[in-house]
Amino acid sequence: MGLLSKKDTKLIKDPLLDDNPITIQVLGICSALAITAQLKPSIVMAVSVIFVLGMGNVVISLMRNIIPSKIRIIVQLIVVATLVIIVDQVLKAFAYSLSKELSVFIGLIITNCIIMGRFEAFALGNGPWRSFLDGIGNALGYGVILIIVGFFRELLGSGTLFGIKVLGDSVEKTGLYAIGYENNGFMVLPPMALIVVGIIIWVQRSKNKALIEEN
Amino acid sequence: MLEHIELFFKSIFVDNMVFAYFLGMCSYLAVSKKVSTAVGLGAAVIFVLTVTVPLNWFLDQYILQPGALAWIDGNRNTPELSVYADYDLSFLSFILFIATIATMVQLVEIIVEKFSPSLYNSLGIFLPLIAVNCAILGGSLFMQSREIETAGLALNYGFSSGIGWFLAIVAIAAIREKIRYSNVPAPLRGLGITFIITGLMAIGFMSFGGMLTGSGDSATPVVEELTEKVEEQQTTIEKEVKATQTVVVSELK
Repeated sequence: MGLLSKKDTKLIKDPLLDDNPITIQVLGICSALAITAQLKPSIVMAVSVIFVLGMGNVVISLMRNIIPSKIRIIVQLIVVATLVIIVDQVLKAFAYSLSKELSVFIGLIITNCIIMGRFEAFALGNGPWRSFLDGIGNALGYGVILIIVGFFRELLGSGTLFGIKVLGDSVEKTGLYAIGYENNGFMVLPPMALIVVGIIIWVQRSKNKALIEEN
Repeated sequence: MLEHIELFFKSIFVDNMVFAYFLGMCSYLAVSKKVSTAVGLGAAVIFVLTVTVPLNWFLDQYILQPGALAWIDGNRNTPELSVYADYDLSFLSFILFIATIATMVQLVEIIVEKFSPSLYNSLGIFLPLIAVNCAILGGSLFMQSREIETAGLALNYGFSSGIGWFLAIVAIAAIREKIRYSNVPAPLRGLGITFIITGLMAIGFMSFGGMLTGSGDSATPVVEELTEKVEEQQTTIEKEVKATQTVVVSELK
């Protein structure tokens, strides 16, 4: 057996599909939707959450035996806030325009429910290595949804990916635009993020009947 | 007074926490199955936002902003004279804001339990949850990034965005109570249809966007005057530059 045992692989794989934090556990939607109008901020957000959740889970797991349970929420918030400040300062230093674009939503990683949820449900009861894998797995599950939503909203809304015009130029009428295709301006507006996630949930649950809820 | 009214309606309808910024979505989706619980959580959010936003405004003004520490040696109005003028603690805002919020929530819980047990019983389980509600931290962060000017406006902003959140969660809870009797496609039941309804409600709320743009008439002449002035200055600068160029050229010759 290599680096990861079967149990460990399950920790990473499960949150990607059947136990996805956004579509199944309903956590972390707050910051997920507002920044997905384009692909690039979505990816930056996903990477930031992977860093914060992976590191945070390790720290909390190492401290799990010395945190008094009454004040654990405040301790958890301080740990996350510290990690988020690191992310925020790194972004400000190396990608200033992107950090302006994400504005308050980097700060809102602190109150992202996935993070508190994983601390409470996993890191407080498991060792550092397993907590790390669980953190990475859940953050990847979150990132996958973010990237799917960002991909469709940018492609259908502005006809670009990472700012590159993949469908031709809409002003000079080249590529697809030459045969009468138009951008759907609605896709870049906030409400469409909700509807796109709704459709992802629909597709996922039609494939896996076990996930269907009671009405 | 007018700016207060404008901010009040703007935060409820145009910049609605849920429909425009998706803040507090986790509890919005999880606690919106019944109207009565939704009202409880909504009231708690209004309360905590009204308390924490002005508090964090004071923190921002007197500790966090660049040069904000000038009040320590009595130079509040002339920060450039102070020894503390170069201090910029704004990178600490996340940790200070969240600490204030967590402490305030704890404090509010103790006070409400002591003085109004009936309110405590109805809010009870929701109060601790509120510390990790994105809408609360979001309120403080938006207050900071929009540079709200006075403590009164900050109070107004906290209260009115709380009302906006309250409206949203009560509305979706009422819709979800009714939709239980309709025949929704099986894979969409529960979470899926809630997402799509929220999206449609958000489209509805977007129509409020034009509500506050009607009073722009008095602003345009000022802008025109300013652009005229700027153009005048540009032409004079261009003339001066040309004059100096000719002088330099003639000197070189």
